[in-house]
Order: sequence, then C-alpha cells, then structure tokens
Amino acid sequence: MTQPTTLSTRAAVPALWSDYLQLLKPRVMSLVVFTALTGFVCAGVKTNPLLAAVAILCIAIGAGASGALNMWFDADIDGRMRRTRGRPVPMGKVLGAEAATMGVVLSLFSIMLLGMTTNWLAAGMLAFTIFFYVVVYTMWLKRWTPQNIVIGGLAGALPPAIGWAAATGSAPLNAWLMVLIIFMWTPPHAWALSLYTSEDYAKVGVPMMPVAKGAASTRLQIFIYSLLFTPICLIPAFTGLGGPAYLAVAALGGAVFLLLAWRVFRSKAGDVHDERLEGEDRLYAVRAGAKDARNLFAFSILYLTLLFAALLGEHLLGVAPLELLQ
Amino acid sequence: MMPEPIERPTYDMEAFRKARAGRNVALGLGLLAFVVIVFIVTVIRMGANAQPHF
Repeated sequence: MTQPTTLSTRAAVPALWSDYLQLLKPRVMSLVVFTALTGFVCAGVKTNPLLAAVAILCIAIGAGASGALNMWFDADIDGRMRRTRGRPVPMGKVLGAEAATMGVVLSLFSIMLLGMTTNWLAAGMLAFTIFFYVVVYTMWLKRWTPQNIVIGGLAGALPPAIGWAAATGSAPLNAWLMVLIIFMWTPPHAWALSLYTSEDYAKVGVPMMPVAKGAASTRLQIFIYSLLFTPICLIPAFTGLGGPAYLAVAALGGAVFLLLAWRVFRSKAGDVHDERLEGEDRLYAVRAGAKDARNLFAFSILYLTLLFAALLGEHLLGVAPLELLQ
Repeated sequence: MMPEPIERPTYDMEAFRKARAGRNVALGLGLLAFVVIVFIVTVIRMGANAQPHF
C-alpha cells in the first residue's frame, strides 16, 4: 500500500482531476445540495429555475471549498487516521498549498456568484458558514474541546437557511427550524460513529467525546440529545412548515431513533474490546456492543434524509402544511 | 556554494501526460461553465429589470 508522504512533497503518482474533485468532499456536497434545495423549495417563492440551480450550485461549491480548506489544514492528522489517510493531500497526490488555494478561490467565486445571482444575505450566510467550518471548527474547536462537533455542527446545519434566504432574501423562523433540526441531529449522529472509531481519534489527539469523557458518558449524552432532538422534529407540523406526511415520518422515525438511542445507552459500545481482533482490524471490525452504535449511526442518516425528503416532497406536490398551532 | 537540487519524483511520462491532459480539460470545462453561468445570470437578471419603453 502507498504510504502517506510529507505534506510538501508529491507522491510518484500524478494527480488526476478526480483527486481535486475529492478535495471538495462530494458526499458532503450532495447532503448540502439536498438540504439547501429543501430550504429553497420550502420558501415557496416562484423563481427562475436556472437562477435556482445556480444558487444551489454556489452553495454546494462553497461547501466543497470549505472541505478543501479542511483537508489542507487537517492533512497532518488525516494521514494518521485509517478513515482519512487515503485523501489526496496526505497521500501526496495534491500539495497542501494547492488544496488551500483551491479552497480560497472557490470560496470567493461561490460567494460572489451567489450574491450576484440571488441576494447578499444568502451570500453573507454562505461566507459565514465557510468561515465557521474552516476557522471556528477545523482550526479551533476540533482539536481543543469534546464539544467540537456540537458547536461546529452549526456549519453543517446552515445550508437550508441559506437556500431559503437565496429564494426570498430573508430567513424566517421556519428556516431556522430546519437549521435547528440538523444542529440537534449532529451530536448523536457523530458520537454514535465515534463510539466505534475512537481509537483513531485518540491516536491523533482529537478530543472526541469518547476519547475525552469516556464511552459511558458519550452514551448518556447521545440519549439526552436524542430526547431533545426527536420532539424538535415534530415542531414543523405546528408552524406551517410540515404536512401530514412529514408529521408521520417525524413521529414514527423519532420513536425508532429514541429506541436505538436507548439501546446504545444500555449497551457497552465503545468500552468493550474484542481480544480476537488485532492490529488495524481492531479499529473497524464490529466489536461486541458496537452494533448498537452502528445501528443508530446508520438510522440517523436515514431519518434526517426522510425528514427533509418529506418536506421537499410535500412542498413540490403542493400538500398543505398542518399548522396545528393556528 | 551551490544549493542542493530539489528532489522530484520520477513519473511514468505517459501517465503524467495523460493526467495533466485530464486536469487541463477539467479546468477548461470549469472555466467555460463559469463564463456561461455568469452570462446566463446576467441576461436573466437584466431581463427582469428591463421595462417596456412604450
């Protein structure tokens, strides 16, 4: 296997265009496109479809640019973690300076183009999101506090509000409700993953919750956040954002989410080591007790996807929202 | 005193040329897409602001 090289030297394999594309974290971009599009559509304003497509593209490229800057700054630890050591910078395919340049240039272009295409509130929110993810989360919180993903999760939560602002020039309560849902979803989602990859984080000194406070404390916090998160998912049905399909998804999915979080709380995920597994296999093989954490991690992705798909589908089909409070 | 030469990796030249060509095409398409997008956005936005003169 090719070993990671130092950050200022190139590997003997020439970089392909796809290596530069990988710097933009395409999976994260696809999630951002989905949530930003949902925010845009839920705003309920008729917009030229080409302008709408350019606006969503700008938000996606802005998210990708912050991913490139993240990969530039984190290359030292990425190269030592199994999950991330195949990234282009630690592999030496792309120089750190190239990743940083690409991130800065794409940030500026995406912000400028979003402002020209829609309005400067949306552009300003995109600029804030990039700044928050790169400077506040990547450079400051990530290596400093176990609350890194709690606070840093705001960057990943903002795209629906940017989409809404791009459509209307404002960001009302319902836009921030979508932000709140993703914000509260992030801790149980990320901590469920970190319960069975904590050795990776410990190795590079990133104080993820299981590393800093232990697995038992993490399992308890996952359950507490889940208790707070699942009722919040019901609120859109009361504020004129979600309709009957959304309410059904939020209620049924929320019940499953709580059940899985309870199982994680009662499990030994994160603190049981299977002695049969040695070396690198210990990091990623399913250990006794880790299955519950994996189930919650997988279902959290499905649940968030279904919530936003329900909102998107209802607004595209013209289903009237419930407005249970009115 | 002469500075030490920078150590550069030895590439398979054919693979190097192919990779460089791929990067150039991708960059060219990206720039072209940007120009087209700016043109379209400008036309749409100017069209929205245009008022009839009669």
